[in-house]
Amino acid sequence: MADVTLTVDGKKITAPAGTLLLEACKSAGIEIPAFCYYPGLSLQAACRMCVVRIEKMPKLQTACTTPVTEGMVVTSESPEIAQARKATLQLLLGNHPLDCPVCDAGGECELQDMTFKYGAADSFYAEPKNHREEQKWSPVVYFDRPRCILCYRCVRMCGEGMDVFALGIQNRGSSSVIAPNVPAQMSPDDLAHVDCEQCGMCIDACPVGALTSGTYRYKTRPWEMNHVSTICTHCGDGCKTTLGVRSTTDGSEIVRGDNRDKSGINVDFLCNKGRYAFDFANNEDRITQPLVRQPNGEMEPVSWEVALDHVGKRFRELRDTRGGKSIGVIGSNRTTNEEAYLLQKFARTVLGTNNIDHHRTADYVAFARALAGTTDRTASLNDTLTAPAIMILGGDPTIQAPATAWNIRTNVRNNRARLYIANSAEIKLRRQAKAFAHIAPFSYGALASFLAGDDSAVDALTHSGADASSFHDFRKAIRAEESLLVLLGSEFRGADLQRLLAFGKTLPNRKFALISDYVNSRGAADMGLLPDLLPGYTPLAGNTTFAEYNTPTAPGLDLLEMFEAAGSGELSALYVVGSNPISRYGVDPASLKDTFVVVQDMFLTETAALADVILPAANLYEKSGSVTNSYGDLQLVNKAGDRAGVRTDFELIVRIADKMDANMKALVPFGKGTRADMGQSRGAQSGEADRHAVWLSANNMEPKLSPFDPFAILDEIQRLVPGYNLLRLQLLSGNAQHLQPAVNANDLVQIGNRRDLVLPANDTLFTSGTLGRYSAMLSDLQHNESLRPPTGLTQIQTAAD
Amino acid sequence: MSEIANTIFSPETAARFDHLVTIYPLKRSALVPMLLYAQDEIGYISDAVIAEIAQRIDLLELDVRNVLSYYSMLRTKPAGKYNVQVCTNISCMLRGGYEILDHCKHKLGIGHKGTTPDGVFSLEEVECIGACCWAPAIQINYDFHDDLTTEKVDVLFQMYRDGLSPNTTGKDVK
Ligand code: SF4
Ligand code: SF4
Ligand code: SF4
Ligand code: FES
Ligand code: FES
Repeated sequence: MADVTLTVDGKKITAPAGTLLLEACKSAGIEIPAFCYYPGLSLQAACRMCVVRIEKMPKLQTACTTPVTEGMVVTSESPEIAQARKATLQLLLGNHPLDCPVCDAGGECELQDMTFKYGAADSFYAEPKNHREEQKWSPVVYFDRPRCILCYRCVRMCGEGMDVFALGIQNRGSSSVIAPNVPAQMSPDDLAHVDCEQCGMCIDACPVGALTSGTYRYKTRPWEMNHVSTICTHCGDGCKTTLGVRSTTDGSEIVRGDNRDKSGINVDFLCNKGRYAFDFANNEDRITQPLVRQPNGEMEPVSWEVALDHVGKRFRELRDTRGGKSIGVIGSNRTTNEEAYLLQKFARTVLGTNNIDHHRTADYVAFARALAGTTDRTASLNDTLTAPAIMILGGDPTIQAPATAWNIRTNVRNNRARLYIANSAEIKLRRQAKAFAHIAPFSYGALASFLAGDDSAVDALTHSGADASSFHDFRKAIRAEESLLVLLGSEFRGADLQRLLAFGKTLPNRKFALISDYVNSRGAADMGLLPDLLPGYTPLAGNTTFAEYNTPTAPGLDLLEMFEAAGSGELSALYVVGSNPISRYGVDPASLKDTFVVVQDMFLTETAALADVILPAANLYEKSGSVTNSYGDLQLVNKAGDRAGVRTDFELIVRIADKMDANMKALVPFGKGTRADMGQSRGAQSGEADRHAVWLSANNMEPKLSPFDPFAILDEIQRLVPGYNLLRLQLLSGNAQHLQPAVNANDLVQIGNRRDLVLPANDTLFTSGTLGRYSAMLSDLQHNESLRPPTGLTQIQTAAD
Repeated sequence: MSEIANTIFSPETAARFDHLVTIYPLKRSALVPMLLYAQDEIGYISDAVIAEIAQRIDLLELDVRNVLSYYSMLRTKPAGKYNVQVCTNISCMLRGGYEILDHCKHKLGIGHKGTTPDGVFSLEEVECIGACCWAPAIQINYDFHDDLTTEKVDVLFQMYRDGLSPNTTGKDVK
């Protein structure tokens, strides 16, 4: 829209016509206090804090609901306005207990700030305060009624933002109260509860301390924590979550997860896992000492030196006697790119094997190869917030990728984006969809063919609930879209996926993304944790990029083949880093009885229980590096927590390699150029490296002078991995950047012949693979869900626009 | 035939509700009238009433509760057979409304929103009931009784107890 010019406090500002005055002022650096206003949600004008004087208008006006107009003259602060705001605050404080000294929000409370600013600490009201006891609505949502200022942010957040509608407002006037959807009299324990997605967005939006979180309440004060922005480990969206950490006797403990500065790719969203499920890191059951199996079969704690020595010696021995081909390596979906890259490099160059794989949760190989030679065909998570039309085929973002679902709902609500969904299940997002094609179970292959133009495939899609014409209408509608963002669930793999993308890329303005399950599922594939492909989906044979690797060109064993080989006695050693294949793939434990198994993990998982050596590892929240989300958005991971006795996977790989007498400089190109020389001692450039080091440490990094520095490997990733031509500053300043796989279209890999090894995680909102089992909060939430039969309360039909 | 299988309402009320949803541009506009008619028939707004109304107009039960709790004339607990509503708004107050209220409390042995143990009477203090000209006034179920004194109240209560409805237009809420 055209810009208009207005005057605020004597300052000329411009903003697009239709912008809310409050937003226009915010952009111009003029702060107007607001309790009920929340960007992107419907307007409420309930609190009257944002009042301003606008010339030629009677009375004070609410800046949160007034659109700017040409020539408007506004006063945002004056004695009259201050008096009005003060009076508003006195009213808001009418029932408020002023218990800031114990309130979670103290120090971060909008009401506290405003009361302080306008000096409304005294009250004229002599009436007794309307007190109610605090209520536990769920393991994670607590409500302290007296602190509530009835701004309705939580109600709108839950309804409009989450499409859950678990919160309402009841009674009237000063006895009004926010009410959850399960009233006390309908609850087995006679207490009110929320039957909802437990995302905590209501808590996040609450400007005061009325809604508090089960994980954090009464634990500490905001100023007593260090706040570290890092990336959530739980799903493929990769939200930025800020972890509040506090020192303890054995490291530093994570006490809170929240979306503190809303600067991440997830903007204002975090789901329950990003917000609460950091607590696995504090779990008492963590392994904090290396364990080695003794001749009597018992696991005994040993020193790091002994454990690493043992592993290095055995690996070398087995490699030299039985060959690299007899060793298998399994990597992780939750380690950093640097660790994944280093692991495959270690496997290929030190162990001398291509037997490397990971738990694949989506077929990124087919995805990358199908889009080979194209540019601008892959979508970023950001695109889901702005694309005018989106199609979701398969998957269920509400559960598998909550931030994606949030973005889509926001986009539909605020930009009237058109959403098309085809799924064999009636997924929740269909409530926002313009068209929903309900396909028959197991007909995704047919769907791919049908969308690509094969009319005969429609028979496989139809069932009693949907006839052929509904699918034709659906196809016609999406074909008519000028541009379309296509999100694919992990149901699409191999030849199906390739067929769909091959057709999709012939149409203009189609962008694609493939949704996977964990924080670095995409990164693991990009970094080459694959038996038949090097990093960047580079073929083993005939490539020049990774010539320095000097690897065998025959593909290695995939994950299942490794266990088959173990069963037949051909696998001499197995090195498992942050993965639990025994349980995930239902492997028979007996198959490993003749294999030397080394496991790096936090917990005694089913896989770790079979190990000959267990090396206690740090988790994603305890290390630095980078991760790539499902969409290919690269982000920085920062070290937040710390636990005495554990080491990062990166360090462990390096140390094992060292014990195998590997060439360290070749494995991790650390200390290149500057070596330990901190710059020239004289001349114009003297001290350059020093200055560089100062800058690095100011950014929480160390100069790459040690082989344990993941950024030394990032250098190599940037140099060698096709598509990872990243912008350093963008990464280091905590911003996401979208990367596209850059696969050479001439490299021949027969996608159709590859074995389908994709095993979706099938996580619910309250599970997160093996790791989730060690989160007390997720267990509580699962238990909480099991208390109630599904009420269907959160599955109502609302009219989609 | 009701639109809803196993309706908890009488056939007449169910039919009325079926019709009500058709006469507004949005189904949910029928909410408040439905609540009132439901209260007249069932005596109060029970959880079952809430569930059926929500179903009829495609709202969440929470939405129905939100609206319901706003109105003091809608109740979620059964009232007595005769619901005595004593006005204490300006005109009645000036003409002795509070004495009437106190007398009722004393006589019935219950307070505001209370119900006698035998379930015959319940008591409520209410705002103006539109009978100011003949203040002080009370309303028992849908019947008005005005220009009252404490003696007249005693007589009224006795008549209700004896099953003699004092007004010819009288109609029990239940
Ligand atoms: S936790 Fe999320 S889903 Fe539950 S009430 Fe709050 S906003 Fe709604
Ligand atoms: S609980 Fe918080 S967000 Fe909800 S209305 Fe009260 S103050 Fe506002
Ligand atoms: S949406 Fe995914 S990445 Fe974001 S907080 Fe939830 S689990 Fe973590
Ligand atoms: S922010 Fe404008 S009225 Fe609340
Ligand atoms: S004041 Fe009692 S009827 Fe109007």
